[in-house]
Amino acid sequence: MGELMTSEFILGHLNYWFVIILMMTGLYIVIAKGNLVKKIVGLNIFQTSVFMLYISIGKVDGGTAPIFPLKMKIDPDVLYSNPLPHVLILTAIVVGIATTSLGLALIVRIREVYHTIEEQEIFDKEQEIARTELKEGGVL
Amino acid sequence: MVVTAISVVRARSLFAIVTLSGVFSLLSALLFIRLDAVDVAFTEAAVGAGISTVLMLGTLALTSRSERSDKRPQIIPLLAVVATGALLFYATLDMPNFGSLDAPAQTHLGPDFLERIPGDIDVPNAVTAILASYRGFDTLGEVAVVFTAGIGVLMLISRLALRRPEDEEDDQEGST
Amino acid sequence: MRHHLILRVVTKLLVGTIFLFALYVQFHGDYSPGGGFQAGVIMAVGFIIYGLVFTLKKAKKVFPPWLVHKIIALGVLVYAGTGVYSLMTGYTFLDYAAIDPHHPVHGQHLGILIVELGVGITVTGVMVAIYYAFAARAPSLSDEDW
Repeated sequence: MGELMTSEFILGHLNYWFVIILMMTGLYIVIAKGNLVKKIVGLNIFQTSVFMLYISIGKVDGGTAPIFPLKMKIDPDVLYSNPLPHVLILTAIVVGIATTSLGLALIVRIREVYHTIEEQEIFDKEQEIARTELKEGGVL
Repeated sequence: MVVTAISVVRARSLFAIVTLSGVFSLLSALLFIRLDAVDVAFTEAAVGAGISTVLMLGTLALTSRSERSDKRPQIIPLLAVVATGALLFYATLDMPNFGSLDAPAQTHLGPDFLERIPGDIDVPNAVTAILASYRGFDTLGEVAVVFTAGIGVLMLISRLALRRPEDEEDDQEGST
Repeated sequence: MRHHLILRVVTKLLVGTIFLFALYVQFHGDYSPGGGFQAGVIMAVGFIIYGLVFTLKKAKKVFPPWLVHKIIALGVLVYAGTGVYSLMTGYTFLDYAAIDPHHPVHGQHLGILIVELGVGITVTGVMVAIYYAFAARAPSLSDEDW
């Protein structure tokens, strides 16, 4: 362990650690907060941190954006970053916004039915409904 | 960025939260540029800071503005999160240094694509070339997902099933 | 927002520019950063800003909802249709060489353009449709609320 903790190692991994902190923040919001909109924001933060992880994997020291010069006159000395993670994340962002909006639409519907967007209150109302249904079933 | 994320946790007003998440997206777009992912930064700036903020504000207009404070014990979630973080931290110890050339990700597929694109496809933007050609199936799938999500939203909240073309006009006037 | 003169004038100037930029991003995506996904989002932002400043009703007149719904499906059809076309002409699915058999590299180029167009159309449609769905539900807010 001791030989691992050189300054080079720490600098090389600092990026990943920041991503992990962001990921933890997002996860904490999702787990601990009761408000549904806030949960969606937390999910977004989580998602973005995953994007960052991928993009930092694709980064090459001294590299540049993976776009070739016009007429494809490629200089063999120029290093390009790995384009593959970029492609994956590019589509993931757009799919992410589509699913986020689906979640927001669900929240709007939940609000219309339960008149609240707090998880705990929805849960209470659910239980109440279940109890009354159980009572009616007992009578019958 | 970390500061923005943590203030999202602390803030109680949902309006502030949504604005902060827009700021967060913009900052991450800057980071993506720094990491040479111009295409991704472009998308993140347009999507995260633009559309998702508008949509979330739209949701807020339909729901409530502020979060109710809950007095649930917060220690278990915190423990779970810290445990996850510790595991991930342990996993990074095995990862190659940031930006190193001999990382597994840089030795196989990436350079291979970069070598083949000029001959195969002749499109300067490697990201577009891979997106639309080499991984065309994937992208078709993504488009299908976006399509499905769009249909889902329409089904959920636009009363599409109930609406007929002739009553569309008065629906626009009097809907709440 | 009837009395926000500056907003309305600036929006009028901006909307055209946004559309132009979206088209540039769409069709220049193989030379510079950009492509169907980004172009679709930017295009949708143009409609959304129009809807925000000049009421939803006017935006719906410019880009009616039935057209939006058709467009969502059209994009996927363009994309999948390209694949089916290449199947029909004896190539594998989504092999763009089918479009220009004598010059496969040109075929690739053209195929990417067509496919990106499909992506762009769908993304525009979905984003605008989602915005319409949310905005049509919103109670009309007065300016003081924000």
